[in-house]
Amino acid sequence: MALNARKFKDRLLTYVLWSSMILVIIVLLSILVFIVTQGIGAISIEFLTQPPRNSMTEGGILTPLIGTLQLIIVSMMFSLPVGVCTAIYLVEYAKEDIYTTTLRLAIRSLAGIPSVVYGLFGLSFFCILLRFKPSLLSAGLTLGCLALPLIVGAAETALQAVPQSLRDAAYALGATKWQTISKVVIPAALPSVLTGAILSVGRVAGETAPIMFTGAAFFTPGIAKSLFDEVMALPFHVYVLATAGTFIDKTRPLQYGAILVLMALVLGITLIGVIMRAKLSRRDYLM
Amino acid sequence: MVIDSMNNVKIKVENLSLYYGDSPALKNINMHIYNQSVTALIGPSGCGKSSFLRCLNRMNDFIPNTRVEGNVYLDGLNIYSSNVELIELRKKVGMVFQRPNPFPMSIYDNVAFGPRLHGIKDREKLDEIVESSLRSAALWDEVKGILTRSALSLSGGQQQRLCVARAIAVKPEVLLMDEPTSALDPLATARIEQLIRNLKKYFTIVIVTHNMQQAARISDVTAFFLMGELIEVEPTEKIFTAPEDQRTADYITGRFG
Amino acid sequence: MELDAREHIDIELRNLEEKLLKLGRLAVDALSRSVVALKEQDVLKAREVIEGDAILDELAEDIDMSCLKFMARFQPLGQDLRIVSAIMHMAVDLERIGDYGTSIAKRAIKLSDRPHIKPLLDIPRMEADIRKMVNLALEALMEKDIKKAEEVCRLDDEVDDLDRQIFHELLLIMMERPRVIEQATELLLISRTLERAGDHATNLAERVIYLVTGKKVSASQIRRPKEDKD
Repeated sequence: MALNARKFKDRLLTYVLWSSMILVIIVLLSILVFIVTQGIGAISIEFLTQPPRNSMTEGGILTPLIGTLQLIIVSMMFSLPVGVCTAIYLVEYAKEDIYTTTLRLAIRSLAGIPSVVYGLFGLSFFCILLRFKPSLLSAGLTLGCLALPLIVGAAETALQAVPQSLRDAAYALGATKWQTISKVVIPAALPSVLTGAILSVGRVAGETAPIMFTGAAFFTPGIAKSLFDEVMALPFHVYVLATAGTFIDKTRPLQYGAILVLMALVLGITLIGVIMRAKLSRRDYLM
Repeated sequence: MVIDSMNNVKIKVENLSLYYGDSPALKNINMHIYNQSVTALIGPSGCGKSSFLRCLNRMNDFIPNTRVEGNVYLDGLNIYSSNVELIELRKKVGMVFQRPNPFPMSIYDNVAFGPRLHGIKDREKLDEIVESSLRSAALWDEVKGILTRSALSLSGGQQQRLCVARAIAVKPEVLLMDEPTSALDPLATARIEQLIRNLKKYFTIVIVTHNMQQAARISDVTAFFLMGELIEVEPTEKIFTAPEDQRTADYITGRFG
Repeated sequence: MELDAREHIDIELRNLEEKLLKLGRLAVDALSRSVVALKEQDVLKAREVIEGDAILDELAEDIDMSCLKFMARFQPLGQDLRIVSAIMHMAVDLERIGDYGTSIAKRAIKLSDRPHIKPLLDIPRMEADIRKMVNLALEALMEKDIKKAEEVCRLDDEVDDLDRQIFHELLLIMMERPRVIEQATELLLISRTLERAGDHATNLAERVIYLVTGKKVSASQIRRPKEDKD
């Protein structure tokens, strides 16, 4: 019967979709389980608070951990203001013409470029052209470039989500354009802009390719003290431990420990972003 | 109400036309708006009543490709002349919108927003303005204990009265209202209507409403717009009992629109 | 400041009621003074009543328009609607009572050049009853008190009795003194006019009862059972 056939089709489809989801969860879980079981043994207070020793076969990951945080800070200090300003320009000032559309398209495409290209760009632009050498600054700026389209996108969406009626209300009270933007639009959009920024931090924190050529060091004896020092970074450290160590067997547990920490870091940052976003969407200021 | 006395005219609209691109949205409007009275603008959707309202504080300036012809005089001064400061104009001509649109900040900050824009920083003075504005908007008793709470925690009707308070905090002379109750329930609507009746003692009020009964209930003068033209403007009692124009008669008896 | 969403409606209704009270005073006054003019053969006073009718008509017209405007503006429902409707009808009744005053005043002028054919006692008593009825009906309106309204209906019995009594009395006079038939007829018509005024006063009361209870009541349900008249 037609009805039964339809019911059967419906049920079949449900099973197909359901099993796809299960497959994805299984893959994710097995990666997680694999890493946790491999890495958990290495995790200890010393692991987190000691620099690597003995050709990185002993000790901890303090230097690369701090290095990654430093990179995040530098990249955000560059990309957050630039990104937000760009978004403000695009949303509030730019006229809807062919140039703006092109600009938008260009920014969107930036987000799709492989990260290794950013690395090569950073190398030639920051390290060589601007003479920053491979350093915390060059690597941070390169990561910032990677985060830029993400932040512009997030900020643009956030600004566009501020209802026109709020702008009208400010104008009707006699506000100038800049007063309207600075006192109403930005405060209203700021929480979602920050959420977007945090999510993009999560994204760049795990990148290896962009920093490989621009400032991430195989090994440094200590934490970078200036912007022009080279830094160790967690993702690159993992890469080094896995491929370039002299005693691969000895470094293996350390490598999984580092991966676990990196993953926890990225997951943690993303989680903060997701929770913030969920909290914001419950607030109905976007009427 | 003294409708005929000439010196009671607050706003004089003279040959006003408005174009969106090439198509006219308002055609040659001539109208007087009287001091301390409520003037209601009625008409079917798209008749130009909201556009007309937004001409009175130049809110149409923001919309690209609009062009205004003719003059609007506020107390004898042409608001479309080049030496008029938009900021000063908006200070004199406040506006309340269709949907309650409080800023996502505290109740206090919402009301203090306008005064702060215009340079008032003294905390005591701000307190005073906030209280008197909220009192005028009949909201004070409901919010005096929760001024620091987010304006978004208020009910829709309260939010709209907050928007009224925010508008009158800059001490305007004219209050424009664009369908201020269309998003509210009947009780909140009745409250806003009573508020408008109270406020006309202090302000000249122009209100756009899609609800004829509302115009009948609260206004002193009613203007009927149709396809960008001002068809008829009369004392409200007259227009709802015996309108002059057949089109007005058809509209108020529900024959179209 | 409290927002009483009914405030304006109550104010407007109060205004309408005040106007109706004023009309009532004018109508009762016209009737009273016309009867006084008749009794005292005071042509001047009678003329005053006739001239005063214009004011009365004007006020009645004003009430009618005000009610229309009120309905156009506020679309009253429930008791508000009944009040406006009652006021519109009551204005018509009161205006009619005022007209009766004019009509009696005209007859008073006609009768002013001859001595009365009999001492006028019952006609002033009728007038006093009607005055009482109208005032009671208006009080009933202001206080929304159906007891008072019912009282009005009962009083109309008395007016009818008086009318009948006057009729018989005048009939006898006419049979005895055919020369005064003209005067007697005038008096008869005056009595009949007052009886009509009583009917209108009863209408007032009926309107009030409907306004308060929402139920249509005819005066005959309240008054004594009808006997065969005349």
